[in-house]
Amino acid sequence: MDARRVTRAVPRVRQVGFFTPNAPPEQPGPVRSQSGPPNSNSPPLSGSPASNSLSPVMIPPPRHLSDNLGARTGAVPVPGRANAGDHATVGSYNPADSVLGLESPPPTRIGDGESSEETESSLGWYRRNNPAKFASSFPGGGFDLSPVKQPEIVSGVEAKNQPPEKNEVQKGQASSSKPSKAKTTKAERRALQESQRAAKAASKAEANKSGGGAASSKTVKQPSQKKDAPPVASSVATSERIGVDRPAEKERKKDVPPPRMQFDDESRVGKAKRRSVLNQTEARNSIELFRHLPPHKNGTQLPYLESKFFELHDKHPAVYKVGLQYLTGDLSGGNARCIAMLQAFQEAIRDYSTPPEKTLIRDLTSKIGGFVSFLIECRPLSMSMGNAIRFLKSRIAKLPPILSESEAKAALCSDIDRFINEKIVLADKVIVRHAATKIRDGDVLLTYGSSCVVEMILLYAHELGKQFRVVVVDSRPMLEGKKLLRRLVAKGLSCTYTHLNAISYIMHEVTRVLLGASSILSNGTVYSRVGTASVAMVAYAYRVPVLICCEAYKFHERVQLDSICFNELGDPDAIAKVPGRVDVNYLDNLSDKQKENLKLLNLKYDATPSDYISMIVTDYGMIPPTSVPVIVREYRKEYLLI
Amino acid sequence: MDFQVVVLAGGTSKNLTPLVSKEVPKPLLPVANRPVLYYVLHQLEQSNLKDLIVVVEGKDAALLVGGWISGTFVDRLHVEIAAVPEDIGSAGAIRAISHHLTANDILVVSGDLVSDVPPGAVAANHRRHDAVVTAMLCSVPISGPSESGSSGGKDKTKKPGRYNIIGLDPGKQFLLHIATGAEIEKDTRLQKRILRAVGEMEIRSDLMDAHMYAFKRSVLQEVLDRKDTLQSLKQDVLPYLVRSQLKSEALLNRIPRAEENGNEKVSSQNNQVMVSQILANASTPSFHDLCSVSHDGSAPIRKTHKCCAYIASSSSYCARLNSIQAFMDINRDVTGEADHLLSSISDHNNIVGPSTKLGTKTTVGPHCMLGEGSEMGDKCQVKRSVIGRHCRIGSHVKVVNSVVMNHVTIGDGCIIQGSVICSNVQLQERVVLKDCQVGAGFVVTAGSEYKGESLARKEK
Repeated sequence: MDARRVTRAVPRVRQVGFFTPNAPPEQPGPVRSQSGPPNSNSPPLSGSPASNSLSPVMIPPPRHLSDNLGARTGAVPVPGRANAGDHATVGSYNPADSVLGLESPPPTRIGDGESSEETESSLGWYRRNNPAKFASSFPGGGFDLSPVKQPEIVSGVEAKNQPPEKNEVQKGQASSSKPSKAKTTKAERRALQESQRAAKAASKAEANKSGGGAASSKTVKQPSQKKDAPPVASSVATSERIGVDRPAEKERKKDVPPPRMQFDDESRVGKAKRRSVLNQTEARNSIELFRHLPPHKNGTQLPYLESKFFELHDKHPAVYKVGLQYLTGDLSGGNARCIAMLQAFQEAIRDYSTPPEKTLIRDLTSKIGGFVSFLIECRPLSMSMGNAIRFLKSRIAKLPPILSESEAKAALCSDIDRFINEKIVLADKVIVRHAATKIRDGDVLLTYGSSCVVEMILLYAHELGKQFRVVVVDSRPMLEGKKLLRRLVAKGLSCTYTHLNAISYIMHEVTRVLLGASSILSNGTVYSRVGTASVAMVAYAYRVPVLICCEAYKFHERVQLDSICFNELGDPDAIAKVPGRVDVNYLDNLSDKQKENLKLLNLKYDATPSDYISMIVTDYGMIPPTSVPVIVREYRKEYLLI
Repeated sequence: MDFQVVVLAGGTSKNLTPLVSKEVPKPLLPVANRPVLYYVLHQLEQSNLKDLIVVVEGKDAALLVGGWISGTFVDRLHVEIAAVPEDIGSAGAIRAISHHLTANDILVVSGDLVSDVPPGAVAANHRRHDAVVTAMLCSVPISGPSESGSSGGKDKTKKPGRYNIIGLDPGKQFLLHIATGAEIEKDTRLQKRILRAVGEMEIRSDLMDAHMYAFKRSVLQEVLDRKDTLQSLKQDVLPYLVRSQLKSEALLNRIPRAEENGNEKVSSQNNQVMVSQILANASTPSFHDLCSVSHDGSAPIRKTHKCCAYIASSSSYCARLNSIQAFMDINRDVTGEADHLLSSISDHNNIVGPSTKLGTKTTVGPHCMLGEGSEMGDKCQVKRSVIGRHCRIGSHVKVVNSVVMNHVTIGDGCIIQGSVICSNVQLQERVVLKDCQVGAGFVVTAGSEYKGESLARKEK
């Protein structure tokens, strides 16, 4: 009964998973498990009118009090078939076990019935339903605990029948009962899922009606039941698999990075504040849709960080400097930031000495972790930096413990050097070679913003003596293109400079578009400087091939469909003010009330769907965007083993 | 953070003659009943800087200062006291302790700075730009209205001396020009080269050099070694570094990079170049970089170094105790608007020691401070003044805008306005002082009146 209470507190969906483990020890568990099979049988009965008649009867209350099953029946009251099934189970109960044993599908149905009830979410019913859920869930738990037994039971189709019987015989023994329950649990889970899907369709109004509004509830339930049926059959097979799958799932869970900080989640932000070095500012006055992103920090954080300079001893000066450069925007660009960070770490490692009674591997890892969180506070990391950090940490973790401290440090430093050389410098060289083959005489190449790889490609092609023209497209507020332009012009390339507004005009004459990327995600989406998506789309519309040039260390296994859920906010003032143009600063001198009405959004990145990308040039060659997952898979293995 | 802190406490300053003496060297001059050095050390302690080198001029003074520091900051600070001969200037002082300096960067703070600007800010700015020197600039303190009215001709002549002409780049990050008051009277010369490189220079005279510098040690030492004539950090070294920033002679900022390259294998050198290129391309170039790179974008042709400025925000308090006027101002501010510098908090806006005895009908106005153990007679008035410990003040005494140090005896019916009265002074009955400084141990005879004078015992 305790279990029941708990379940109520816990969100519905979770209940199944939660309860199972606890259930097995309890005596009631086995009993319920028996009930489970009968219920499963009930569905066939449900068709019969008799069952229906039963349902309205007072059966539910007594059961509900005494037994889980009763509770379920309580839920049943709805005239609909599903309910009928439940009632039948209630009534038939023990007999059902023996008789029903023959029918394999029923167990799943039990689940279905419950699930459907749950989905209805009618308040009144709900409570009653809960106990029913427990019943079903318990068996599942038992099952989980004794995975060994499952195979025997499950193996044959007939096996299903046997388990319930066993249960009857062995009622006392929780273990025996478990196997049968196990099946049901699996089925239940499926059922639950399906029913939930069905439930989505159902409106809340229906839920409210639950007591009287049988009709509406019926409609919901019926479909769910039907859906359930097929899964039931398979459930047996799947139940076997469960044991095997579990560990794998666990591993997968480990791999999955912890959920990103959502800055509109107050409790978490509060916790983060306490931890953080910088004082977080409230994300006031930002656009609703982007409130989960970390607010831009420069203006507010710089003085604070500066004044704390001497209090942050644990941050190595090199790391501190890099952080400051991120914060002030002195250093930008994916590769440069990554290199700067790695070099800072390298310096920190060189100056590192293991404190007494600690091991280098553990202490250094936590130290690096501290640096990383400091850098994140200065500016969110790019995905490429995340990859680099993961690499570094795995290197530290894999240091053989025999190494002396100095050897270990030397090894790590050389690892970092190698990462920089192989993954960035050499990769760039390879990309340049590849991409240069795609540049022909007479081409007009368009690039957006300032990407260091694209710049290298252009310079290399120029050195090769190819005759081509470059269009540099730029946009406010960063105006990074100007820097690129300056360097290109200095090297004697013929360039055209324009802003993003004119992209549709300039695209006529362009023959190739070369773009850099901050990251490429495994669905082929390119995550890059904001504006890239527009360039790619316009190019696509004009049938101009779009080449993305990106080192493979920037590939990430994440999948992202839009640029909302993950992005970075820039300084909102940067877009409101045009430096040197006093005449257009209409947004100055707004009164406080006016300011409340104004929300500025300065996004830093956007996601370009893979449809608009013709090719990705990477250090592994030129690939279509669909092949990104392959690189991610193969490459990750490699760089973790490096 | 690899910073060493040097506090230049000074010794017996000539600017403050009647106030400082052998017994009370400048660092121990009481400001709101605390030695002025306390404010600097406290500020450093707050910033978690606990290893300090305090440089004092003169051995006797060093002993006194050392004794006070070890008494006050017993185990909170780790302080080394270095005594240097007098009159060798701040640059000379650094030269003298040069062999103690080991860290990459050095923070040099003047001991007479009363400020709440965190030294970390200067250091952080220094690090961020990888500068050779970073100077803290603060707005020139405005003398209070009461001061301007009462200040004598003496102060007026001094004032121009405190002005600086300071040139900044548009981003207010770099120091392009600095000239101290003495030079301004002649023509000021701007360097064309710097002006051309930056394109735009903002010249300000409302800023003053607060004498808190962060130096790159290697550069500072080299400059001091090479140029024996440099006397003062503020007047010689800083302007020299600023002047030569585009044609650096000492200039070491390229050398470390070269060393790194040298250590690497030849094969990887190419990669190193590429990495540094990537970094350079990605970072925002300062005019130094643009200037040092020749027009075809090849290797740097000129050595440069960066001189940065950190401008304290106008809301923070920052003043130097380098004149009697400043002494008065600081005393008033510390008890008044900048009272957060005193860690003690009082409900009223005046601070009265626990064991003071006030006579009947004696009023103590706002922005006042009364040290412990002082006794005041009946019908006294104290306004905007600081009175030290164990003073005995008779009845019908008026003290306005003044500083009275410890163990002073003031007879009945005295009127003291805008004056400084040092320790152990005895004022007999009905003395009237206006804008005077009375040196330690002086006895003012009954009924005398002084205006704008500085009274001190004659040294025998």
